[in-house]
Amino acid sequence: MSLTHYLVLAAILFTIGAVGVLVRRNAIVVFMCVELMLNAVNLTLVTFARSTGTIDGQIMALFVMVVAASEVVVGLAIIMSIYRTRRSASVDDASLLKY
Amino acid sequence: MNEVVIGTGEAVVFWILGPIALAGALGMVLSRNAVHSALWLVNTMLALGVFYVVQEAPFLGAVQIIVYTGAIMILFLFVLMLVGRDSSDSVVETLRGQRVGALLFGAGFAALVGAGTARATRDLPVEGLAAVQGGEGGAAAGNIDAIAAVLYSRYLLAFEVTGALLITAAVGALVLTHVEREAGTRRTQKELSRARFLTDRPQTLPGPGVFARANSVAAPALLPDGRVAEDSLATGIDPQEVTPMPRPTGREQLGSPDAALGALDPTVSDVPGGREGGEHR
Amino acid sequence: MEIVPAEGLLAASWLLIALPLAGAAVLLLGGRRTDRWGHLLGTATVVAAFLLGLACTLQLDGRRVDVDLFTFVSTGSLDVQAGLLYDPLSAVFVLLITGVGSLIHVYSIGYMAHDPRRRRFFAYLNLFVAAMLLLVLGDNYVALYVGWEGVGLASYLLIAFWHERPTAATAAKKAFIMNRVGDVGLALAIFIMFAQLGTVTYEGVFGQVGTLAGGTITALGLLLLLGACGKSGQFPLQAWLPDAMEGPTPVSALIHAATMVTAGVYLIARSAPVYDLTPTARAVVLAVGAITLLIGAIVGCAQDDIKKVLAYSTVSQIGYMFLAVGLGPAGYVAGLAHLLTHGFFKAGLFLGAGSVMHAMDDSVDMRRFGGLAPRMKVTFVTFGLGYLALIGFPFLSGFYTKDAIIEAAFDRGDGWGYVLGGVAILAAGLTAFYMTRLMLMTFFGRPRWEEGVHPHEAPSVMTAPMVLLALGSVFAGFLLVVAFPLEEWFAPVFGEPEEVEHVVAPIVVSVLVTLVMVLGVAAAWAFVGRREVPVTAPARVSPVVRAARRALYADTVNESLFMRPGQWLTRALVFVDNRGVDGAVNGLAATLGGSSARLGRAQTGFVRSYALTVLGGAVVVAGALLAVTAG
Repeated sequence: MSLTHYLVLAAILFTIGAVGVLVRRNAIVVFMCVELMLNAVNLTLVTFARSTGTIDGQIMALFVMVVAASEVVVGLAIIMSIYRTRRSASVDDASLLKY
Repeated sequence: MNEVVIGTGEAVVFWILGPIALAGALGMVLSRNAVHSALWLVNTMLALGVFYVVQEAPFLGAVQIIVYTGAIMILFLFVLMLVGRDSSDSVVETLRGQRVGALLFGAGFAALVGAGTARATRDLPVEGLAAVQGGEGGAAAGNIDAIAAVLYSRYLLAFEVTGALLITAAVGALVLTHVEREAGTRRTQKELSRARFLTDRPQTLPGPGVFARANSVAAPALLPDGRVAEDSLATGIDPQEVTPMPRPTGREQLGSPDAALGALDPTVSDVPGGREGGEHR
Repeated sequence: MEIVPAEGLLAASWLLIALPLAGAAVLLLGGRRTDRWGHLLGTATVVAAFLLGLACTLQLDGRRVDVDLFTFVSTGSLDVQAGLLYDPLSAVFVLLITGVGSLIHVYSIGYMAHDPRRRRFFAYLNLFVAAMLLLVLGDNYVALYVGWEGVGLASYLLIAFWHERPTAATAAKKAFIMNRVGDVGLALAIFIMFAQLGTVTYEGVFGQVGTLAGGTITALGLLLLLGACGKSGQFPLQAWLPDAMEGPTPVSALIHAATMVTAGVYLIARSAPVYDLTPTARAVVLAVGAITLLIGAIVGCAQDDIKKVLAYSTVSQIGYMFLAVGLGPAGYVAGLAHLLTHGFFKAGLFLGAGSVMHAMDDSVDMRRFGGLAPRMKVTFVTFGLGYLALIGFPFLSGFYTKDAIIEAAFDRGDGWGYVLGGVAILAAGLTAFYMTRLMLMTFFGRPRWEEGVHPHEAPSVMTAPMVLLALGSVFAGFLLVVAFPLEEWFAPVFGEPEEVEHVVAPIVVSVLVTLVMVLGVAAAWAFVGRREVPVTAPARVSPVVRAARRALYADTVNESLFMRPGQWLTRALVFVDNRGVDGAVNGLAATLGGSSARLGRAQTGFVRSYALTVLGGAVVVAGALLAVTAG
């Protein structure tokens, strides 16, 4: 048992989150996957804070949480307004931004 | 530099909660129902919160549970309830090669980062945070004190900017979800009345059962000549058979309009322009 | 004779050009405001120019006067001074242009009275007079060229004056293009002068032309001849002139009979010092003149269009003039004298034809005329006098000047002299034939008018110029040859007249020509006058008549030799341009466009595709980092 276990676990969680972003179409689930990726990064930050013996990693994780909260608020508001105009929460339906 | 040895208890916790966190993550990605996904994610986040506590970050662990699982995930569930489940939950992939590519890249990324991390941190020293936040012998009295000491000194500016970010996010959410209705778009009674008189039917719709023996909504109104008034038919209900009334109608009493007029006015009119006023031709 | 600088009234001779030019400018720029008095202004400027020209000529006194105006082009070694040369040669042209021009302007007031665009017509006429005066007054070849192109432009505008008629528009284009062919020759000749002599003034060129190699002088002469042929409708560029009759009749009279088409004769006469040095070019001029005068006379015999007959007659008569100036010093004066008398009687004939057309509802088909003599007495008399002058009736204009040319041809003394003289006499007989045929078909015989045509005499504003021109037709020859011999007048230009040894006595020539003329008249009487003229042209005729009707296949030759190969060449070039040049450019553009469209298809708009790409990039970065650290 070493800190490497935590880091590898975080890497796997991050990857699962990334794959989830790619394969899920419901915008809300996609958002959850993004949250999972952020959490995985937080775990890495906390682990390295413990490894190096400095508190800064935890501070950084705290900021990540705050920014994640703001992002969720704005992101969900965007999803709501898209849903209101398109009657759909699928990320594939908002595909007008192309050539 | 004193190395902290990771105890057996922590290993036990890791090996129990690690698979749970993984299972939560996989369950979130794989479950069709978005609500289930959210619940699986709560599972993972709780496990991570425990990991934070174990790793000498009790404050973050608490924040993780309170903010993430308590606030953010509830927000997710609110929006899910507002939006409702739709066809985007279908498991059929519409983009060609998207799923295969995602799995390939995901596996490659996990393998590379995992292997790289494992190789780079094989003999990572565990300094421990006792020096900065430890109990009686530490510089600060516990984890929260240690965080506060750094947060309000070195990271003060970032902290304040974060406050501004939160405010902006709140206002942004308000603006994005606010539906603007222009002043005066609600029509007054006068305008509604005027609009109704501009149609070809200014009067109220006929009520059911006029001249009928039944006054049920299924009984249609009858026009003066005995036909069914189509306007009065309720939708979704089969109209009843209209049976003529036994008593005579007004028309039958008077006979034809011409006969009625002739009976009323048989004499030559004195009024200029009258019916028989031939001298004015 | 030396050229002297101008003084007195002659210094103001630039006004000759400026007056009609100002008239054209006012009429063209003034718009509808000038509609009511525009024709009067246009006529007034030309009459004023005529009076000024008359005054200048009276002051000339046998001198050659140079009027220096301004520097036209001064670049490097090319230095062109805009200047006027007022000498006896240009003086007679000035008087001819402004005199006949004034009469025709007056005539046009009546002829164009009902045309809604009369003002524009007078503007173009003024423009023509200005350009023609510049042509004959310029003291260098560049000024001549400017006027040359100016009259070409005016001719184009006036032929296409009724441009809503497709035939008029086509005729104008044809005239313009065939004139360009000739202009190329003139332009090349000017280039040669500048390249070889470094000057383009008459004085400079004629002073140094003797220093050039013989071949260069011959080339110069031939190129100038090409220009002259284009402008004067001479073989092989004669086909445009008959078609130019699509223009209003006063235009035909002024431009395509009296003045512009004689510019070629003026060019050759003016360039006499060049031609004096090159017998080869002179021989070509003779050949061109002889061929053209025969072609014109033959074709004229078979045409039914009154204006076409007169047009071919013009071609033929200018052929006489070319023949004369091709004879060298002996013929210049004879040619120019014929040019002047021809200007009178041909303008008169055209005005008479215009009067007839005016009476016959703009019909030009002589087969529908006939019996007009009692209805249009003034026209008949003036036209008849012009006719007699043209065929060389004794003691009228043509008699003096045409005989002089034939005499000069015989005076060459060699075999070719007899050939040329014989051709000229033969053409005189043909001239008598076709002109008599025209007279008989138009004025005599039974009326063959179409329904609803009521011939009437033209108004006096039209008949007055016809009377004046008829007087000129009668007396000009006598005045110019006998009373005030042109030879003495032209002495400062062409040198003192020499006493020539006549090969054939003049009286013999005159009798011979008169006999042939009477023969032609008799033949016409036999063929046309004795019989009823059919209203439609007979279809079964001899090959000679058929060829003459089709103008000796000049258009066919032009078409098969130049037009069709030109069209093939154009088509081939268009093909090469479309497939080769455009193909390369378009192919490159299509390749780029196609590849960018293919690349653009990667922009699906699906955010998950983009995210996949981002993850792929992250994998690559991670792999690269690992490879670097592991390595």
